[in-house]
Amino acid sequence: MSGQVASIRQRSAAAWLRGQLRNIAPFATLLFLVVFFSAASPSFASVGNLYNILTQVSVTGIIAVGLTFVILCAEIDLSVASIANATGIMVAFFTVQDSSVNIANVPLAGWVAIAISLAACIALGAVNAFGITVIGIPSFIMTLAMLQIGAGICALLVRGQIAYAVPKLVLTLGSKSLGPVPWIVIVAALILLTAHLVLTYTRFGRYVYMVGGNREAAEYSGVNVRAILSAVMIISALCSGVAGMLGVAYFGSAQQNEFDTYLLDSISAVVVGGTSLFGGQGGIGNTVIGLFVLGVLNNGLDHVDIDSFLKILIRGLILLIALVINVYAQRMRSTEPVGN
Amino acid sequence: MPLLELSGISKSFGGVAALRGVNFILQSGEIHGLVGENGAGKSTLMKIIAGVHHEFEGAMRLDGADIRFANARAARDAGIGMVHQELSAVRELTVAENVYLGVQPLTRFGTIDWRAMNRGAGEHLAALGIELDPRTRMGALPLGLQQLVEIARVLFSGARIVILDEPTSALSPPEVERLFGVLRRLREAGRSLIFISHFLDDVLAVCDQVTVFRNGQSVAAAACRDVDKAWIIQRMIGAGHDELADSYTGERQLAAPPAAPTVLYVHNLTRAGAFRDVSLAVHAGEVLGVYGFMGSGQLELARALFGKLRPTSGRIVVAGRSASLRGTARAKRAGIALVPESRRSMLFAQEPVFKNVTISMLERISRIMLRPATERGIARRLIGELRIRPPTPDRPLGTLSGGNQQKVALARWLTHLPKVLVLSEPTRGMDVGAKDDVVKIVRGLRQQGVGIVVVSTEPETVLALADRILVMKKGAVVREFANEVVSKDRLLAAA
Repeated sequence: MSGQVASIRQRSAAAWLRGQLRNIAPFATLLFLVVFFSAASPSFASVGNLYNILTQVSVTGIIAVGLTFVILCAEIDLSVASIANATGIMVAFFTVQDSSVNIANVPLAGWVAIAISLAACIALGAVNAFGITVIGIPSFIMTLAMLQIGAGICALLVRGQIAYAVPKLVLTLGSKSLGPVPWIVIVAALILLTAHLVLTYTRFGRYVYMVGGNREAAEYSGVNVRAILSAVMIISALCSGVAGMLGVAYFGSAQQNEFDTYLLDSISAVVVGGTSLFGGQGGIGNTVIGLFVLGVLNNGLDHVDIDSFLKILIRGLILLIALVINVYAQRMRSTEPVGN
Repeated sequence: MPLLELSGISKSFGGVAALRGVNFILQSGEIHGLVGENGAGKSTLMKIIAGVHHEFEGAMRLDGADIRFANARAARDAGIGMVHQELSAVRELTVAENVYLGVQPLTRFGTIDWRAMNRGAGEHLAALGIELDPRTRMGALPLGLQQLVEIARVLFSGARIVILDEPTSALSPPEVERLFGVLRRLREAGRSLIFISHFLDDVLAVCDQVTVFRNGQSVAAAACRDVDKAWIIQRMIGAGHDELADSYTGERQLAAPPAAPTVLYVHNLTRAGAFRDVSLAVHAGEVLGVYGFMGSGQLELARALFGKLRPTSGRIVVAGRSASLRGTARAKRAGIALVPESRRSMLFAQEPVFKNVTISMLERISRIMLRPATERGIARRLIGELRIRPPTPDRPLGTLSGGNQQKVALARWLTHLPKVLVLSEPTRGMDVGAKDDVVKIVRGLRQQGVGIVVVSTEPETVLALADRILVMKKGAVVREFANEVVSKDRLLAAA
């Protein structure tokens, strides 16, 4: 009798663990990496390096917030890095540049430059939304086109040159610190927190999960699925825009192709964190873990003596493993025993 | 000697008998009609003949020799082919490619011999009396021709026995005539056909022999020229027998349209390929039943009313206001609600019960921030009212039984009552107790003045719930029953 109870308890514990696989696996990976690098390098585990890691993942983190919304809806946005780059260049384009910079820029007041840039990235997101929800282009293709369009905007504005100056507010948030804490970390943390609250505690957040969980059912429930999809595409573009402006200040320059690696990094962060590519499962908490996994990995590999070309391969392998776990976790959930 | 003979076939699924001692004889060069209600066992028997089910009791003899197919491929090799109601043609390929699917002729160089293939397909189709350019893309053809091509393909793969599942359900009268022409020609060529259909007129028109199924048994077999529609219907529904005690076989007096205001008025609603010129009115506190066989367009009509399918033309007026039903969100705002027939397409299996219940009314509960306590309260109340088991609002919905899931889908619309509630197959797959619960819920809603449309392919469901009944056939409303006595056989005869 008691043995029976124990075995039932064991089984339900096992079922719970399987259901939580997508949350546990990334966290275990992170713990492993931290322990490994701390043991392998004396310089890794220090407060100074913690700030390094935080700063390094901030731009990716802001982009990943928007992507989390998109992926939760079972869509994808490939234009994030491109929109970030275009927005960053735009804010520089509307700022007074040093006379050595040879681009036909239009200097405006700092707040005007910021407002125009934000409006522009929202507009690009709206075009994505229109293509996906009204015309019916798959998001993969639509945002691929937008990736090109963003690159085109970058090219036209800077014409191969590099701009340096950005509005003062952007400069502060992107490259200055509040005491020991870089402003960009604070901004990223606030955006992550806000997104978490929106996804967890608001009606809109519920709709995002429901649309991702079963789009047809959401439609049959009278949820305006198109409006939700449009909103997440615009949120994604807006996050990218903010990340682009701060990134330009953080890098100290605005030029073409400087955000190229951020597309893969941000998608990796979301997926490695355990948010389901099939939608409806995951969230900002997962994305934060994913960001740390990538951040610790990138930073840690610099601390141990390793071939820098091998680093690229290792990151690819980590992403592959995360994808396998992601798909595997999805399958486990869908084959969970259904009781009476 | 019969070509195919099955005797004493029994088959059960998980303890539930689907077939009980069925006998079936198919002669060479005969068109054999197979009729019976949904769930009577026709499909199960066909799946046994086609080798899909290979574990069963009883004997099957082909050409007098005992035979038992290990799988569908073995049945195909023995010359048994099937044309499904949902055609399995590849729409992107040409007619010739479809005919030669999997057996394309090759040239010396290992590439596909298009010329031989097109010529062969053309000749093969012509032999069946089908004039068609074999280079046409399948998807560009009307459904009737696609079906003929599929029959041609099955014959081309060497079938002596062709099973046709509901071949006329989506065809227009001239297309039906053309199909019958092809079938008769095949009969003359010595092939045998099994013709499964709900359309008794079609069965009587083309078949030589008919076998009637009821409740997992073959209850009657006769030559078609000796019987009429009433004879078949009587045997299908088993009037006078008590073995179908749970199904409604009696007569029912329908009400006159009530004086209450019209809540839903539909004028000439058409959706190309699904239904056409449907006009109807539903009054407050009235249940309108819409009955028709599978594929008659009534399920699509239900979706169109809820803005899930865009109608090609026509008008929908809800409570006196013309409604633009582009999208389900607008339909909901206009006061229309729908519970679709498929559970999977209306429920979030991984989410807890309470989120499934409140998803349709979130905008009434919360402006921006969610209020989970209120949501759980509403869910708990509805769980009690509808007797949903187990009564826990936080359980993932997927762990509930089918009938309880269906109740959750209904529960969604019960807190803030819609003006019009469309129920598509509301009791399908439910046990008797759950069916009773649904009947009670619908009666309660009617009492409260909701206009209800019950759409179903089961006559019992419509008879049990409706105050007035429309019968749909091939996309059009063909008969209205109101203020008169109606029974199952009359419904079947009208459809």
